[in-house]
Amino acid sequence: MRLNKFAIIRYAALAIAVCIVCFPFVATVLGGFKTLGELRLNPLGIPMEWTLNNYAGILGAPELWQYLGNSLFISGMTVALTLVVASMAAFAFAQIKFFGSGMLLNYLLLGLLFPVATGILPLFIKLRDLHLLDTYWGVILPQVAFGLGFAVLLMRQSFKALPAELWESAQVDGCSYFLFFRRITLPLSLPILSTVGVITLINSWNNYLLPLVVINSESNYPWPLGIMQYRGEYGAEWTLILAFVTLTIMPAILLYIFAQKYIIAGLTGGAVKG
Amino acid sequence: MVRALAKTIGAAYTRANKPWNISERVVTAIVFLLPALTLFTIFVILPMAEAASFSFYDWSGYGAVGDFVGFKNYERMFGHPVFAQAVFNNFLIIVVSIFVSLPIAFLLAVLVADRFPGVSIFRAVFFIPYILADVAAGLIWRFLYDGEYGLPQFLAGLFGGEAPYLLADKSLAMYAVLVVVVWKYFGLHMIIYIAGLQSISKEVLEAARCDGASWWTTLTRIIVPLMGPTIRLTVFFSIIGSLQFFDLIMPLTGGGPQNSTQTLVSYLYNFGIVRLNIGFGSAVGVVLFMICVIFAFSYRRLLMAKE
Repeated sequence: MRLNKFAIIRYAALAIAVCIVCFPFVATVLGGFKTLGELRLNPLGIPMEWTLNNYAGILGAPELWQYLGNSLFISGMTVALTLVVASMAAFAFAQIKFFGSGMLLNYLLLGLLFPVATGILPLFIKLRDLHLLDTYWGVILPQVAFGLGFAVLLMRQSFKALPAELWESAQVDGCSYFLFFRRITLPLSLPILSTVGVITLINSWNNYLLPLVVINSESNYPWPLGIMQYRGEYGAEWTLILAFVTLTIMPAILLYIFAQKYIIAGLTGGAVKG
Repeated sequence: MVRALAKTIGAAYTRANKPWNISERVVTAIVFLLPALTLFTIFVILPMAEAASFSFYDWSGYGAVGDFVGFKNYERMFGHPVFAQAVFNNFLIIVVSIFVSLPIAFLLAVLVADRFPGVSIFRAVFFIPYILADVAAGLIWRFLYDGEYGLPQFLAGLFGGEAPYLLADKSLAMYAVLVVVVWKYFGLHMIIYIAGLQSISKEVLEAARCDGASWWTTLTRIIVPLMGPTIRLTVFFSIIGSLQFFDLIMPLTGGGPQNSTQTLVSYLYNFGIVRLNIGFGSAVGVVLFMICVIFAFSYRRLLMAKE
């Protein structure tokens, strides 16, 4: 009996929270289906007359696809590079005993302490000197560098949690560090690699400040810059902007739906324990 | 190439007997660490160090580094009322994150930590604002706050009266921003709390139930104390996150009206980057860096020493 009452209260509380959290999304998606005139009279409700013009116009024009393509390349490369570079470093810290290991780890973890913004102006000068301004790599490389602290921290923990017997028996069989890393550590660490990959992907996909400073040409804009540009162009035509927002947030929501189990599994460490 | 490298290192390792192991180990460590350390040094540490030195110059970024001006950039910043406003706003964001977002996140986490039908949908919905780009979230709320189209207009239509332009009102804009902050970020903390709650052993909770502890007693006497380290961690994340708050400000207000919603980073952006004032912007960066590092070290010293 007590359990049932608790269940009802819980569902009720959660339902209210869901409504509050979802309401802005629903208003946005629906807003994209309205005409400007209707949006003024009925900003938040269900459209009385559904129009597909806003969505169709955006999907039919090249801008959205260009922005999404740019973002895809930048985030894809950021994730790939982060996984390779961070997993190697994390392995060295977790598995290999060498002088200065602790010091170097702390050095990398310094990156967790301050935001990109602190050194953004010198970074801008540096990227200019390296001729990386207005290129994808000008965004990718600093993103990887700033993500390393977090990635190494998570991966090192996970690599360390692998049973010590694995390494002992591999050693007896004459296995090198590199082979052990590739054949044993990485395959057993897929959950943590997925977690780091997904989180890096989301961070990179959503990054705004760095591309804002680095990228100038509209043809290189990732979508967060594109959406601000769009907002600047269409000013008060909220129906178009809402449709554009809806379309650009879809990939992140889809990604989350498919990758959710990796995030949870990684966070709760329910992987390789035995 | 990777394969060849693997072979060389592998062969060398197999050939080596005990006395050689040490150097093999060191070689592997160096090869494995080099890419990370190089990238990190070039793109994170060097810019930070350069910011410290640029902050003493007056430089537009072109040609040779400009005139040495000593502490003039810092003096200008500390004397600038907008800077004080930005610091105050960051402080507000921290307070609201800790005292509003975290309790909401904790309560929701308690409600969705165990398995029941529909739990994954609830978790997903609560987490989605967090994975959404700040820029998109900012635009959505900019619409909701719009005096002509959004929520105020809707409410004014219902109850009568004039719809306020929340984001255009100097005294209200920051509060409007804070609402978005809570909506956007509680999901992250909730996910961390769920992970923490799930690591509490079932036996402890079972024992509490056997002893007849009520739901509330279990929560306040057992769960919250056991969650201490997790809570301290989320407070830490909230503060570090609040200090770098920027992306949401741009689509919502851009720092306005009349600079009432500037944060440290939007201040750095508007007064350093936009005006290409490398020296001044670097000085703001250095101050932000100091705040973050001093906070992080003292917080870990004082509150996270046990872990």
